[in-house]
Amino acid sequence: MLRALCLSLAGVLSGTVAPAQSINDAVTSFTLENGMDVVVIEDHRAPVVQHMVWYRAGSADEPKGSSGVAHFLEHLLFKATDTMKAGELSATVAENGGTDNAFTSYDYTAYFQRVASDRLDLMMKMEADRMRNVRLTERDIVTERRVIIEERNQRVENNPRALFSEQMNATLYLNHRYGVPIIGWMHEMETLDMEDALSFYRTYYAPNNAILVVSGDVTPDAVREMAERHYGVIPANPDLPPRLRTEEPPHRAARRLTFADPRIAQPYVSRSYIAPERDAGDQDKAAALVLLAEVLGGGTTSFLTEKLQFDDQKAVYTGAFYGSVSLDDTSFDLVIVPAPGVSLEEAEASLDAALAEFIETGVDPEQLQRIRTQLKASQIYLRDNVDAVARQYGRALTSGLTIADVQAWPELLQSVTEEDIVEAARAVLRPEHSVTGYLMQAEAISQ
Amino acid sequence: MKPFFAAVIAWMIAWPALAAVDIQKVETNSGLTAWLVEDHSIPFTALSLRFRGGTSLDADGKRGAIHLMTGLLEEGAGELDARAFAREAEELAARYGFSASDDQVTVTAQFLTENRDAAVALLKSAISEPRFDPDAIERVRQQVLSGLRSDAQDPNDIAGKTFRALAYGDHPYATDGKGTIDSVTALSRDDLADAHSRAMARDLVYVAAVGDITPQDLSVLLDDLLADLPQTGAPMPGEVAVDLEGGVTVVDFDTPQSVALFGHAGMNRDHPDFFAAYVMNHILGGGGFESRLMTEVRENRGLTYGIYSYLMPKDHAAVYLGSVASANGSIAEAVSVIREEWAKLARDGVSAEELEAAQKYLTGAYPLRFDGNARIADIMVSMQMDGLPIDYINTRNAKVEAVTLDDIRRVADTLMQPERLHFVVVGKPTGLDG
Repeated sequence: MLRALCLSLAGVLSGTVAPAQSINDAVTSFTLENGMDVVVIEDHRAPVVQHMVWYRAGSADEPKGSSGVAHFLEHLLFKATDTMKAGELSATVAENGGTDNAFTSYDYTAYFQRVASDRLDLMMKMEADRMRNVRLTERDIVTERRVIIEERNQRVENNPRALFSEQMNATLYLNHRYGVPIIGWMHEMETLDMEDALSFYRTYYAPNNAILVVSGDVTPDAVREMAERHYGVIPANPDLPPRLRTEEPPHRAARRLTFADPRIAQPYVSRSYIAPERDAGDQDKAAALVLLAEVLGGGTTSFLTEKLQFDDQKAVYTGAFYGSVSLDDTSFDLVIVPAPGVSLEEAEASLDAALAEFIETGVDPEQLQRIRTQLKASQIYLRDNVDAVARQYGRALTSGLTIADVQAWPELLQSVTEEDIVEAARAVLRPEHSVTGYLMQAEAISQ
Repeated sequence: MKPFFAAVIAWMIAWPALAAVDIQKVETNSGLTAWLVEDHSIPFTALSLRFRGGTSLDADGKRGAIHLMTGLLEEGAGELDARAFAREAEELAARYGFSASDDQVTVTAQFLTENRDAAVALLKSAISEPRFDPDAIERVRQQVLSGLRSDAQDPNDIAGKTFRALAYGDHPYATDGKGTIDSVTALSRDDLADAHSRAMARDLVYVAAVGDITPQDLSVLLDDLLADLPQTGAPMPGEVAVDLEGGVTVVDFDTPQSVALFGHAGMNRDHPDFFAAYVMNHILGGGGFESRLMTEVRENRGLTYGIYSYLMPKDHAAVYLGSVASANGSIAEAVSVIREEWAKLARDGVSAEELEAAQKYLTGAYPLRFDGNARIADIMVSMQMDGLPIDYINTRNAKVEAVTLDDIRRVADTLMQPERLHFVVVGKPTGLDG
């Protein structure tokens, strides 16, 4: 409260609107009567707005045998509704000087438009329309199915690294839907039909399963008024199912795989461990894992880079990655690209030796301090990028987190200690929780 | 603060959706020019530097030297070796970027106001005193070679290299600026030092800054930052006429989806009809779901996930390019539809409705680009390299709106050359003769 008062005084004195000092100060949230959550992120530097609707429905919510239907439906939502022709929504956005698109992940599907802020009402009107009123033809199904198959060709079939990554994921998850690719397995995509798409649509596309995220040159009051008018009148789906997914059993055995493809010129070793994700009110373990990934593989001064690229010269590249935002168990991933003359076996052994050494010697306190400084600064840089802030909220709220969790997160990251990081490494980097993959060049078969 | 508001109000009247982009020209004591947008709402500055020439300034027989040199700028400078440099950058929480492409070496930096002097001093050491330590050279060289080996197995890279070789004769554009396995392997420390003085000189540089900095502070900062660079860099290569024959070049590569690049000669940025060509291309394949190519190849036939065409006016050549990917069994149909659309546009031009929709989109979407300090700095440095006036942002939409059906008719007649459209197809396409 006090901080807000000081800021507004400063604004009066300088004759300008005082900038928000933390991005949290620019965020307002509320819920419509039908259960639709709303997040508003103000940035009045330019008269532009981004309007996003996120559904708590992604590929991990699909029925068995219909992999890819969440993403297929995302494509089909650009077709006709009761009041718009196929393609009319995008054409109308373009006619208003805006851009639009959509994306699908394991835990969410999101639709967005970027446009001048005085066109927000029209965007909401059209987005609300396609939440309930899409009208598909058999021709839409046939043509758009070809498009998603070409999309899979482009992203996956033509890219052996993506094929390898699919095999890694499918091996890591013993029982959870995250083992199935978001875009779908090809043989199941080929069978997706009208009823698959509409059944997913009817089940999950409802205001009580959606989050509206508006960022840019808007006020919360204006967003509330428009949202009530366009989205507030849509009835909630009383039959919305809870998001119960099959869960992972304990992982008891290290798994290994080898993938060979003639298109691979640079072999490498990939390692994934099953890992806990951020949970509402319980983000400490995940915060330690974020720091662990930074300490191990977050740049030139990270532990693996120094050890394996500079000192031992076993690798041309090493990296550590952790996706903290996820509804269910996520993964902690490592990669090592061997230096010339170093075999994959030798690279893997060096990686394991480095990890053991890290757990033994612990975290360099100066390195941790530098990472904290960078994380703190990233909060300043973030204020220049409300689009990223909007996506943060959309991802978090579709992955079981609350606004309070999002806002507590930066402080939580600052509070992680050296001991927390080593403890996280001990808990997660266990062979029986892992999959190790070799990506290799296969001899081309001539016919 | 007064002039800031005055500018905002003036532009709001002319253009409801324009971001508050008030560009000041800063002339420094040592004779440098920079464009600045002051915005003190967030305590950091985004700086963008570009050096004209890029990898096209590689010395004879030293292909890849400028690319490798650029990769080594943050791998040790002044008193600091690679690791010490990285630690210093992390302590300052400054973000630096160094890259090289056909026509430019790009240096970007974002730094906090609280430690601006130290962040700029570190950047100065990177661009004027890179160490090129032998161990750093070997380490980065191996990374580049690893990338080159992967590129050789990537259908998109194969298509790009093949198209370059066909389009640009004996110009540097005809080969990949990253070099070849052989040329990169042979580069010496002296070659890299030479590449540095060829590509990063004061007479090649363009500067823009956005954020929490005054014109006075920027002026002092730049005079210091660029003080130790040589006055003049290597001479620019000559112009090259793009002289493609129509037809198809198939590169046999075992992969399920064929990747195609297609194109012919294009139009220079300073051509009086450039805006007409730009609007026309938007209608043909300029992105978004509404273009003719997207409608015919994706929406109506489901032959691809995405298809685009783009005017590419480079510094020494102009091409008109497009790209598409489709399964080996359907790429021939995609090629045939593209040819028809190319011919149809050359023959019939566009409709009044298409022109109006394109103009509405292009004028409305333009302000949306100015959405962040680094983005605005990037746009301003591009404007300077293209020789555009400082008030260009105010006049650009009027130029788009002034394009008439006759203008497009005229451009379509000359620019669109269906008989010269050349396709490079990488994959195992069926029904295409290369």
